[in-house]
Amino acid sequence: MILPGNASCQGCPISMAMRCLDVIKNPVLVIPAGCSTVIAGLHPKSAMKAPVVHVPFPSTLAVACGLSEAYKKLGVEANVVAWMGDGAADIGFAGLSASAARRDDVITVVVDNEAYMNTGTQASLSTFWKAKTTTSPAGKTEERRNLSLIMLTHKADYVATASVGYIRDLRKKLRKAGEMAGFRFIHIHAPCPPGWRFPSEKTVEVARKAVMSGAWILWEYDGKLRLSKAGEKYALKENRIPLAEYLKQGRFLHLSERDIREIERKIDEDWEFLLRFS
Amino acid sequence: MDLSPILSEATVASAGETGSWRNYRPLVSSELCSKCGNCIVYCPEGVIFEGVDSVEIDYRFCKGCGVCREVCGQKAIEMVPE
Ligand SMILES: Cc1ncc(C[n+]2csc(CCOP(=O)(O)OP(=O)(O)O)c2C)c(N)n1
Ligand code: SF4
Ligand code: SF4
Ligand code: SF4
Ligand SMILES: [Mg+2]
Repeated sequence: MILPGNASCQGCPISMAMRCLDVIKNPVLVIPAGCSTVIAGLHPKSAMKAPVVHVPFPSTLAVACGLSEAYKKLGVEANVVAWMGDGAADIGFAGLSASAARRDDVITVVVDNEAYMNTGTQASLSTFWKAKTTTSPAGKTEERRNLSLIMLTHKADYVATASVGYIRDLRKKLRKAGEMAGFRFIHIHAPCPPGWRFPSEKTVEVARKAVMSGAWILWEYDGKLRLSKAGEKYALKENRIPLAEYLKQGRFLHLSERDIREIERKIDEDWEFLLRFS
Repeated sequence: MDLSPILSEATVASAGETGSWRNYRPLVSSELCSKCGNCIVYCPEGVIFEGVDSVEIDYRFCKGCGVCREVCGQKAIEMVPE
């Protein structure tokens, strides 16, 4: 779905995720501002083999829902995908929540690189506690917000987390979402080399270490919540790799042993909380 | 209504010949490559293809990120300075 020679940085996780859109039939993308906009290309050129509508943040889901309904009335077969960053999910949250509550017939994908990358790495609600960004130079003082769990509580038709470190799992989830109707939400963990400050060849490794250390949980909900095969063994703490392995990124270099233990405790809490829904 | 002036055209090289960004060139060893396809699915640029003896890379657009080397279990890819 994405053509080479586009503007993404070396090792970009969003490009990796965009390639997976191939598994969705007749996608129509609705993209608010962010790295994805830049990657999709500057008029009159487009890097995407699907139609793209560029939109202001809060209108994303309204446009997506309108398109989806219009295509139905016209008898056009299309899968409307609202494709956004974590920052856009913050800024456009009211529209996102309303759309999920109405169960609009759209797929929403959030490529979560845990900051506003396109404008220079400002902290978002998804940014990890203690992570350094340009607006949290000493480390973020607030917790990250768990967006996919919030979407789950809307009783959306399909909610899944995924990661660019597990492309086959991600493709499976996108395919499944593309074959269903209703409000579908996929939250993709997208480690960003320049924003998180790690070398470009490490994107997949960092993404996998997030899952292997328990920091990013792979699950899906289609009426019932299940851990995904690719990451279910990390529910058991003894199967996890040391968290410090995952935290080897420029944005975390200032962490103390105590900070790491505290993050580990928060991660244990996140698992416990999630598994109450299963 | 003629919409062509306002519609964008899907094209390779929307940001130019991105192969020129490369500092390191991935080289595939046809001896070591088992054609498992791992690098093909993870390459962010989508520029690795199945070849005859090994996978082949389109250097016109490969940005030299090194992801392919990292995901190769056979250690069949080497990054050499341009
Ligand atoms: C209405 C409006 N406000 C602010 C901006 C500036 N802006 C561009 S991208 C962006 C944030 C994008 O962050 P995110 O959604 O996480 O996408 P990423 O770039 O990280 O992929 C902002 C605030 C804008 N383009 N439009
Ligand atoms: S800043 Fe990160 S997410 Fe944005 S294009 Fe570059 S690598 Fe991709
Ligand atoms: S990952 Fe390695 S072994 Fe597999 S196809 Fe690529 S180069 Fe060959
Ligand atoms: S170096 Fe990066 S862009 Fe080039 S072939 Fe390998 S994964 Fe693809
Ligand atoms: Mg972001």
